[in-house]
Amino acid sequence: MDTALNLNHIGFLLDGALWTLVLSLMAFLGGGLAGFAVAMGRIAPQRIIRILTTGYVQLVQGTPLLVIMFVIYFGLPTLGFSISPLLAAGLSMTIYVSAYLGEIWRGAIQSVPRAQWEAAECLALSRGQRMFKVILPQAIRIATPPTVGFSVQIIKNTSLASVVGFVELTRAGQLINNSIFEPFMIYLIIAGLYFCLCFPVSLLSRRLERTGVARAQRIELVSA
Amino acid sequence: MSIVVLDNVKKSFGAVTVLHGVSFSVEKGQVMALIGASGSGKSTALRCIDRLEQIDSGRIEVCGHQVASADLDLRKLRLDVGIVFQSYNLFPHLTVEQNITLGPVSVKRMPKSEARKITADVLAKVGLADKASAYPEQLSGGQQQRAAIARSLAMQPKVMLFDEVTSALDPKLTGEVLRVIEQLADSGMTMIMVTHEMNFARRIADRIVFMHDGRVHEQGGAEILSAPATPELRDFVSNEL
Amino acid sequence: MILDFTLIIARWQMLMDGAWLTVQLAAVTTLTGFLVGTLCAVARRSRFRLAASTAGLYVEAIRNTPFLVQIFLVYFGLSSLGLSLSAVTVAIIALTINVGAYTAEIMRAGFDSIHRGQWEAAETLGLTKFQQYWHVALRPAMERVYPSLSSQFILLMLASSVTSQISTEELTAAANFIQSETYRPLETYLLIALIYVALSLAMRVVFWGIGMIIFPRRRRLGTSL
Repeated sequence: MDTALNLNHIGFLLDGALWTLVLSLMAFLGGGLAGFAVAMGRIAPQRIIRILTTGYVQLVQGTPLLVIMFVIYFGLPTLGFSISPLLAAGLSMTIYVSAYLGEIWRGAIQSVPRAQWEAAECLALSRGQRMFKVILPQAIRIATPPTVGFSVQIIKNTSLASVVGFVELTRAGQLINNSIFEPFMIYLIIAGLYFCLCFPVSLLSRRLERTGVARAQRIELVSA
Repeated sequence: MSIVVLDNVKKSFGAVTVLHGVSFSVEKGQVMALIGASGSGKSTALRCIDRLEQIDSGRIEVCGHQVASADLDLRKLRLDVGIVFQSYNLFPHLTVEQNITLGPVSVKRMPKSEARKITADVLAKVGLADKASAYPEQLSGGQQQRAAIARSLAMQPKVMLFDEVTSALDPKLTGEVLRVIEQLADSGMTMIMVTHEMNFARRIADRIVFMHDGRVHEQGGAEILSAPATPELRDFVSNEL
Repeated sequence: MILDFTLIIARWQMLMDGAWLTVQLAAVTTLTGFLVGTLCAVARRSRFRLAASTAGLYVEAIRNTPFLVQIFLVYFGLSSLGLSLSAVTVAIIALTINVGAYTAEIMRAGFDSIHRGQWEAAETLGLTKFQQYWHVALRPAMERVYPSLSSQFILLMLASSVTSQISTEELTAAANFIQSETYRPLETYLLIALIYVALSLAMRVVFWGIGMIIFPRRRRLGTSL
């Protein structure tokens, strides 16, 4: 490589940005699936399931994502599982995301008025039917803005995968820096690229929140 | 033949005892009005009948179901009992028609076409034939409450429970809901209604049960409203009018 | 495969030193971050367009970029200005800048939730803008957003682990060192994960206690924080 920033470098950074998106998507899908299980576990009728999921959430939310990554990436191989940086980062992010999304979604489910559960119960709907036909469709609307908002956290936090050697945007920048040694400029460019990835998502979440509030107020006006 | 029986029913919420041994029964085809001041336990009694609350002791029998027993088939109870709430509780994400067909299709496994026929039928009964595709928030309070009644009717219950269904409505909208309930009474439906509408109770109820401090204080035909035997009912009636 | 903590327990003092630095970092930057954040919230609500838009730019820039990148920017930025500061100082600056932006958003929501009548009443009493914020708005606003604030500061404590990347010798850095000496990464990182969980719970208790002291009205009403 050259000793000045050139087009190859920019291409390499954009490649890294693409991997940042791939990892974010993995984290969102994996964390979303596991997070749904967490949300269901937190409101399960069985006490023991509620206690276990609460414990899981407390543990994950009380541990830095960086430490989760170290446990997975450096710890699992000592148990005899060899694990690639991408898989380690994906798995760590899944665990991290599941605890936070799980709590966001539990909150959304529980903010559907109690009376809706009762009305569904009085129509003789089963627990599954109540959840899937009555409660979840309403909870999804409530959960969408904070879920989109949390996606920004996901994208930003994939930068920690650079620490376990996965070549996403931040790591790509560090590699380029090793050859041209212009750290301040490189990190500014990286920051700019992250901003381009995150800001539109932030804007979207804020717009969803505003329309959500407007909608809630409209409903209140009608029923008042 | 009694279709609903409460026998010495007791219920507490924590340290507060709401029902101190309540007993009454309703015959098939009867319309019963449950009256009393707020806090007298009438809404709780009604909610116990549909097992929205579990009682502490006593016995409740509804259409042959032992409501308080541990091996009650909740699903079967709810198929026989319809309940309408003060706050309508329509599902906001579903249209009126979807609200109504949800139970018949999901619970009774009725074919969609048949459920739609029933929907048209019950909507006509409550005067909302043209609102099938509207969302609840597009309706007035009175219309929402009538849609909620239609939703219960579509399950073809044997008993209907009404929990202060007009309390959230202004007088003009109250009238249209009461007319629907009155037609239902005329059609021979067994009904228990918790209500503050004394004139309405007097006109359509076969039996009046007056609750006071978690007990049945006085009961009888509609005439007890004109000639109360106890000072508590006299006070209550004069305050309500 | 059996977990073996003996080698790590032998280096317990190192972990405790690291944890102590983590606690100090969290405590200091909670205060500085709250200060910066509250000032920014006031600036964002100000009618001076330049102050409002500068604060807005800062908040957006921080909230939409990773902390890891921010810390490197501060680290290399300061050294390119010729300032050679200790890793701890750089960590404090970077953490403050980061949490300040989040606190600004939270406090702005808090100030926005104060009823207009309150501001008008304060204004008709002849209070200056500063006095309105200080005497009338600050405490109720904080009280309303207190749960979000405490969660944010716990996240801040967890984020301080990232400062290990510029060799601040806090808990995670201590663990990195210990695992490289003992070749026991699983045990080391599991152990510090538990220490972090304990610190998070301890912070929750401390914030609850602080809330009880600074919001006596809540204590009387018995509402939870």
